[in-house]
Amino acid sequence: MNIDDDDFTLFGLAEGFALDGAQLDQRWRELQTEVHPDRFAAQGEAAQRIAMQWSMRVNQAYQRLKDPLKRAVYLCERRGAPVDAERNTAMPREFLMQQMAWREALDEAGDGAAVQELADQVVQQEKVLLGRLQELIDLRNDMAAAAAQVRALMFVARFRQDIEQRLDTLEQ
Amino acid sequence: MALLQISEPGQAPDPHQRRIAVGIDLGTTHSLVAAVRHGVAECLPDAQGRVLLPSVVRYLEGQRRQVGFDARAHQAEDAAHTIASAKRFMGRRLADLKVAAQLPYEFVDQPGMVAVRTRQGLKTAVEVSAEILATLRQRAEDSFDDELFGAVITVPAYFDDAQRQATKDAAQLAGLEVLRLINEPTAAAVAYGLDHSSEGLYAVYDLGGGTFDVSLLRLTKGVFEVVATGGDAALGGDDFDHLLASWTLQQADRQAVSPQDKGALQMAARRTREALTDHAVATLQCPLDGGDLRIDVSREQLETLTRPLLERTLAALRKVLRDARVQRSDVLGVVMVGGATRMPAVRRAVGEFFGDGGHVRVLTDVNPDEVVALGAAIQANALAGNAKDGQLLLLDVIPLSLGIETMGGLVERIVERNTTIPVAKAQEFTTYQDGQTAMAIHVVQGERELVADCRSLARFELRGIPPMAAGVARIRVSFQVDADGLLSVSALETGSGVQASVVVKPSYGLGDDQVAQMLRDGFAHAQDDMQLRALREAKVDADRLLLATQSALDADGDLLSDDERRSIAALVQQLRELAGGQDHDAINAAVEALAKGTEEFAAARMNRGIRHALAGRSIEDV
Repeated sequence: MNIDDDDFTLFGLAEGFALDGAQLDQRWRELQTEVHPDRFAAQGEAAQRIAMQWSMRVNQAYQRLKDPLKRAVYLCERRGAPVDAERNTAMPREFLMQQMAWREALDEAGDGAAVQELADQVVQQEKVLLGRLQELIDLRNDMAAAAAQVRALMFVARFRQDIEQRLDTLEQ
Repeated sequence: MALLQISEPGQAPDPHQRRIAVGIDLGTTHSLVAAVRHGVAECLPDAQGRVLLPSVVRYLEGQRRQVGFDARAHQAEDAAHTIASAKRFMGRRLADLKVAAQLPYEFVDQPGMVAVRTRQGLKTAVEVSAEILATLRQRAEDSFDDELFGAVITVPAYFDDAQRQATKDAAQLAGLEVLRLINEPTAAAVAYGLDHSSEGLYAVYDLGGGTFDVSLLRLTKGVFEVVATGGDAALGGDDFDHLLASWTLQQADRQAVSPQDKGALQMAARRTREALTDHAVATLQCPLDGGDLRIDVSREQLETLTRPLLERTLAALRKVLRDARVQRSDVLGVVMVGGATRMPAVRRAVGEFFGDGGHVRVLTDVNPDEVVALGAAIQANALAGNAKDGQLLLLDVIPLSLGIETMGGLVERIVERNTTIPVAKAQEFTTYQDGQTAMAIHVVQGERELVADCRSLARFELRGIPPMAAGVARIRVSFQVDADGLLSVSALETGSGVQASVVVKPSYGLGDDQVAQMLRDGFAHAQDDMQLRALREAKVDADRLLLATQSALDADGDLLSDDERRSIAALVQQLRELAGGQDHDAINAAVEALAKGTEEFAAARMNRGIRHALAGRSIEDV
């Protein structure tokens, strides 16, 4: 067991996109129970420093494994097909058209109910795309296609955040 | 019959029994200190048997000070020099204080933090808080007739980096060893969680004197995981009082101009609000310049008047649930914290919010004034290594996103709010112009897109970047938030290795030199001789490290080779000998040597701990 191990090894999980969320949460709590600086509060500064490094490493891995999109980015990177979203901005025309339609719908949505309806649609679409992503990674190991799928999902996630922000504003 | 053993004064027979660790709730209106005694957390009373210490400090002629009840007794007559609710000014500039005009103080804006002009010169909230902390420290030391090992101090979950740092500085000024800063709602959950041995999702609704916090926690087998937190750092019981005070003036067509009048009216408003908790009608009575003010207020009037404030708390509650992606119905119980939650309207509104008569329990059975200090004491006891089961673990989050300023005054977030701490995150940036050799890094905290709407935490510069075309340099900016929620930032140009870093510390005029100067001036411990104090602190540090090293050797000594064991033993021996002497510099040097000499051992122990954790899993899985 090493601080430089990959996230899956660190958490003792099989490497792959599909993941048991409850097991991940439980492993995270178990690991933090061992390494958190609070465990070493009475043991001097050296122990504190090392505990903090471990605790940060465990949190970093947990954040990355918990979020499906971050997990996929990590897997693409590990398997030689980095997502590199800043340089690969080309998207299928059909996908872009849908994005534009959604943006327009959000601009025109007059009340909370309309925004919520759009939010539900987007969440649904996200689920479908994540399902496809799992197939690409776990079944076909087609990492180039997976990376492209991740880039598309980044658009969707960004849009979902914008919707949530709108819901926040509407409520205040 | 065996003779009873009596140890030397100040020396318990078993070194493991004398780690006295306290929890301190440094509140806006009241502060408390609590400790675990005989396995039970309890608040420590003063000589008169009172556990609450009013968070009020009065600066008198001739460098004299009054703290607590004595100060509060003179608040009305000497309002300008009697500072109450200083917590609201922690890490704040004058422009941040919306209620400044209603307060009886002469504020002086300073870089980093506002100060109040008193008879004894300018006083910041850090100095006022240090007086309160020093008083509580004295109370604890008197209670145990011994020195403190350390303290856990609570802060509102919504406190930003500047406010947390200011709190830690106040503790340092008061001569307290801070074991950890923890969030008030988390502390309250600990106090309840252990009593109720509950599992599941709980909300904490904490309406204090000057701050409102709401946190969602998931409790699992002694692990308290904060899922999301939110609130309003400028909303509290005081605001209810201000509204009531303004309203009565308006009703009576009167004015409160002088500091005395403002102070007296504010106190009268609080008394009236508190009276309306148990009575349907109360009389607000207050001596003012132009004759006594006397007006009847009904509970209904108070509730109508303050409904907008209550609505603000409910909006924060909704937002936290959304952040956590959970439904109201997922919440099993709500812990009510803070004296202001005694108001019937507050309890009613929270109950209704979660669906009255439903499955959600509104928990009020621990005294809302004491619950935070009690939770902090339980955590302090665990951190000091005194807890027997040792299974309590708090996993807290940062309340506000952290980022840096990019072109056009926009914020690039690096660490999102509600990320579990400790956390380290890095992001790469590049230069804007050809041949750019320096980069200004501006660290901000907040959720807004524009730098101008966020709190500025620190600025520093990365210089000596080799000239390159715009966009070629790779500058890696790393954020590190420790377990106290405090931030440090570093920047590195990855090609050339040029780097710069900063521990984010607001510059409110209290540099480390000045802190040392204040300690020398006898601030907060007038009787102490500086040399003696340094020696005592060095001895406490030495003691702490010797104990820690011994328990590490007992537990995992087998990890060491004979050589390593001998070398550590030599360092231990050296420190032991010096610790008996009078030279604090020599003791500190030996402490450092031992700390360094055991670093690898500590790393090896951590690795064993992790392997142990994983081994536990594979047995379950197989």
